[in-house]
Amino acid sequence: MYQTNYVRASSIDGAVAKLDDEAKLLAGGMTLLPTMKQRLASPETLIDLADCGLAGIEDLGDALKIGAMTRHVDVETSEIVAKSIPALAVLAAKIGDRQVRNRGTIGGSIANNDPSACYPSAALALDATIHTNSRDIAADDFFVGMFETALEENEIIIAISFSKPTAAAYAKFPNPASRYAMVGVFVAKGDSVSVAVTGAGEDGVFRHAGLEAALTSSFSPESVEPVTVSGDEMISDMHAASDYRAHLVKEMTRRAVAACG
Amino acid sequence: MGENMANVSFTFNGGSVGAEVPDNTLLVEFIRETLGKTGTHIGCDTSQCGACVIHINGESVKSCTMLAVMANGQDVTTIEGIADGDKMHPMQAAFHENHGLQCGFCTPGMVMSAIELVTRNPAASEQEIREGLEGNICRCTGYHNIVKSVQAAAQVMAEK
Repeated sequence: MYQTNYVRASSIDGAVAKLDDEAKLLAGGMTLLPTMKQRLASPETLIDLADCGLAGIEDLGDALKIGAMTRHVDVETSEIVAKSIPALAVLAAKIGDRQVRNRGTIGGSIANNDPSACYPSAALALDATIHTNSRDIAADDFFVGMFETALEENEIIIAISFSKPTAAAYAKFPNPASRYAMVGVFVAKGDSVSVAVTGAGEDGVFRHAGLEAALTSSFSPESVEPVTVSGDEMISDMHAASDYRAHLVKEMTRRAVAACG
Repeated sequence: MGENMANVSFTFNGGSVGAEVPDNTLLVEFIRETLGKTGTHIGCDTSQCGACVIHINGESVKSCTMLAVMANGQDVTTIEGIADGDKMHPMQAAFHENHGLQCGFCTPGMVMSAIELVTRNPAASEQEIREGLEGNICRCTGYHNIVKSVQAAAQVMAEK
C-alpha cells in the first residue's frame, strides 16, 4: 500500500483546516484506497471524515436529505427512503456488492463523479442540491466532466437533497465484472420528465433532452422508440462500443419508464 | 515524507488488541501479520474476490480495502472468532457437510459473507443467496454447493 499519513477529523472545520494540495478526503474508501494501491492517486495525507457526524437521512417534506457519509447499505434499507423515493433505495442496492455497500458512501460517490457511478444519475434526474461547507450547488452545475465536479479545493460535501418526484425508477445494465454501470438511466417524473444517463457519456453523467421531451409529452415506454440517441459522444471501450451504449441508453430508459408503473 | 505511525486498537474476536503500525497498514495485513491470524486471506487485493471478508460490528467488509487504523474502537470478528470453542459455527458446519469448498481459499470470506447474509435475511431465497454472495469469488465449486451450504445453515440458524 502506498505510503501515506492518516488523520481523523472530528469536525468539518477541522477537516477543512487540514485540507491542502497534498491531502485527500477519505469517506468509505471503496474507490480511493484501490486507486492508491494502483498508484493512480498518491495523497500525502488522508483525512478521514468518519467522526464528523455527516451520516443520516431526513425527510424534509418536498425533499429527501441524505448526509454525505451515509452508506449505500443505509440508503438501501432505510424506511424513510423506501417511503419517499424508493427508486433511490433500488439504485443503492445495485451498487457494487454487499461488502462495498457496507462501507461506500453517497458523498464519496458524488464527489468522485466516476462516469460509471450510479448516484450522479439520481442527483441529476431528481434535481438535487449538493450542500457543502460553504454553499449549495445545483446538480446541473455540479457535475462538470469525467471525475470533475464544481467542488473547490477546500470544499467538503455535507449532504445531498433530492427533490421528491411523483414517480421515478433506475434501470442499470451492469458491467458483470466491475458491477459499475455499463449504462444506467434514472428517470424521474414531476411537472416534466428528467432522464439522466450514467456509464455512457465521455464527459460523465448527462441528461438527454430528446428523451426528456418525448417522455414529457407522453410518459410511456413506447415514447422512447422514435427518439434518436446518438453514440457520437459516448464511451467506446473493451466492454462496449459507443453505438451499443447508445442502444442501451434507450433500452434502459424504456425499462425505467416501465418500472415507474 | 516520514512514516507516520498509528495506534491501532479494537475489539478482536471478543478480546482487545492494540499495536503501533505504519498509517498505511491495511486491516488485512494487521490481522495476518501483526495479530498472526491467517484465516483471513488475501486474494486479489483489489476488493473484487472477497477472500479477506471479515465482520466489523457484525457487518461484512473487505479487509484489504480498509486501513487498520480505520477500525479503531470497532468490534472486529474474523473466521477464527465465530466457532463456539470446539463446536463449529452452523455456517462452518454446513460448508463441511455440504461439500461447500474444494481448495478452501475463498471459504473464510465466503463463510463471513454468508453469516451476515443469513442474519440480515433469514429466509433468503436461492436467488437472494446467489446475489448476496456477489462479492465473493470461488474458482472451484461452481457455487452450487456453497448455495446449498448457506441454505442448510440458514435453517439451523433459524432454529436457534
